[in-house]
Amino acid sequence: MRASAAVALALACAFNVLAASPDKSAECLACHDEKGAAFQASVHGSLGCTGCHTDKKAYPHAENPPAVKCESCHTDPVAGVNVSVHAKASPQPCKGCHGDPHGILRAGDPKSSTYPSNLPRTCGGCHGDAKFAKSHGLKEVYSQYMDSIHGFALTQDGLLVAASCASCHGSHKILSKRDPASRNNRANIPATCGTCHAGPERDYLAGIHGQSMQTGNSRAPVCTSCHSAHQIADPRTVAWQMKTSATCGGCHQDKYRTYRDTFHAQVSALGYMETAHCWDCHSFHDILPATHAKSTIAPANLITTCGKCHSGVTASFVSYQPHADKHKRDAYPALWATGIFMNLLLAGVLGFFALHTLLWLIRGLRERAAQPKTPLEE
Amino acid sequence: MPNEELMKIDEPDATASPDGVPSDIPPSPESGSRYYSRFSVPQRYLHGVLAITFLGLALTGLPLRFSNTSVAQALAHAVGGFGTILFFHLLNAVLMTLAFLTHLGDIAYRVIAHKEYGLVWGPNSMVPRFKDIQDFFGNLKWFLHLGPKPKMDRYAYWDKFDYWAVFWGMAIIGFSGYAMWFAPFFARFIPGSWLNIALLIHGEEALLAVTFIFTIHFFNTHLRPENFPMDLVIFNGRVSEEELQHRHPEEYKRLVESGELEKIRVQAPPRWLQNFGWVFGTSVILVGFVLIALTIVAFATE
Repeated sequence: MRASAAVALALACAFNVLAASPDKSAECLACHDEKGAAFQASVHGSLGCTGCHTDKKAYPHAENPPAVKCESCHTDPVAGVNVSVHAKASPQPCKGCHGDPHGILRAGDPKSSTYPSNLPRTCGGCHGDAKFAKSHGLKEVYSQYMDSIHGFALTQDGLLVAASCASCHGSHKILSKRDPASRNNRANIPATCGTCHAGPERDYLAGIHGQSMQTGNSRAPVCTSCHSAHQIADPRTVAWQMKTSATCGGCHQDKYRTYRDTFHAQVSALGYMETAHCWDCHSFHDILPATHAKSTIAPANLITTCGKCHSGVTASFVSYQPHADKHKRDAYPALWATGIFMNLLLAGVLGFFALHTLLWLIRGLRERAAQPKTPLEE
Repeated sequence: MPNEELMKIDEPDATASPDGVPSDIPPSPESGSRYYSRFSVPQRYLHGVLAITFLGLALTGLPLRFSNTSVAQALAHAVGGFGTILFFHLLNAVLMTLAFLTHLGDIAYRVIAHKEYGLVWGPNSMVPRFKDIQDFFGNLKWFLHLGPKPKMDRYAYWDKFDYWAVFWGMAIIGFSGYAMWFAPFFARFIPGSWLNIALLIHGEEALLAVTFIFTIHFFNTHLRPENFPMDLVIFNGRVSEEELQHRHPEEYKRLVESGELEKIRVQAPPRWLQNFGWVFGTSVILVGFVLIALTIVAFATE
């Protein structure tokens, strides 16, 4: 089907070009001079005017000629746009991104509006507008993207391999993320990111998150669940790493709560990076449950895992409970009992002396009022 | 040199004649009182070290206990991160440990070498006696206008409670702290799961210590109406005769009867020492109040 369409496109273009020759551009430019220079330099320059304006065989021509149909050559892109979220974008969706049809440059030309490092600004023409985003029920993601590691690398450093809008969303057949066929549909995100990040994708699919996602669990996280889509930061930065525990805690609330009771979390909250965060122990893309032999937290691997930070680690040392819960009597009886004891001790001592102090204060003040001048006060 | 002067005047025997009758020490020119030695210079230094290191530990430990509060995070940020806080926490911990060990060594030395068994049992000992229970109930009666004010000896029951609370606190918090500091080493002797318990005990016991010292201890020794605003005895080491009579009547009676009183007579505290006591004591109390206020806010919003 696709192959036959391509053949048809090739034939159609060839026919158009043949039909148009000899080139009548010079005649057209006698009137339409303003389009001349840019058009000659454009990707379509060699086609001549009548390559696209096929209806204009002679002068004078009709006042309101029918619109040029890009699809007569670009069958697949237009077919893609026609089923995309941009299908109803405007009367001429092609122009929205590619600009004036007479000045369209080759996509590989650094001046082209669709050149990778220019693309974010091209898309941002609409998607960077807060009013537009709001009226279309979209998030204002342009500025987020521009500040992300992708946006910075692409537009500031000119790193062309960095993800532009089209790298993740595609270019013509951009589908709503609710569409199962969309590259941005939840189930397809690992593959989309994996186009570039093949290593993380491989690890992720091997880990419990990836496996759970593949079984159809809609609550299993995909890349964007942790990294976000448009605000992806450099994972080596402290600013990012400081947020990771809370990110994991977004789903693993119970584990996050018990982690926060530990020394690891306390010093982390005070800005100390060199302490255990979730991924220091659990790994990140290839997270596996403790029951899995390859898991970093499998009993047999704990000495290695804890030993990444602590020297002189022993089997006894790794019996430390990084998620101990003093409220759970059955799981942590000694800790639970200690917690109860400490509560009673604090309440007992402070309660007792609060009363003692209060009584003493009242009595002392009365004493003082009764004898305003004791020898001691002089 | 103030220190030499201090040492000299704190040696009652240096100014006493061989037969135990003190040479002519004039009474305080301001109050006309005679003064008696209560705490030696090393004891005062030890209390000073305890006070400073305790503040240091509270200042660097409370941010950890309440690490999720913005005040704690701002403090950590201001001093250059948690690394700085941890450094000063450990430094203060080591200094306090040294003070604790010095005290233990001093007690052991005096008991074993000098045979001062009165430190272990008796009116001059910190070990609780039956009289302390009587005094406690007596004091309760006095609070409620049901009886006379009990006559305290050298150390009242609340002094002993303060002492043993700090003693137990240093032992418990210190041990759990060192267990966490050198966790892999201690895990050779204790199960690693006890480190969970160590942090819980360390934090809660420290919270008790901070709350107790900054409220109960401050009140019992300084802020109660009889002593308000401050009892300078721990800073200048001496009590006036009137203070001794009022606060430690049993001790006074004993000292008079045994003739020991005149042997411990010392010069009135010099003005500089009084001023030092005021400044030091007031500073510690104010810092303590700020910390306890922050602690209460943090605890309530936890």
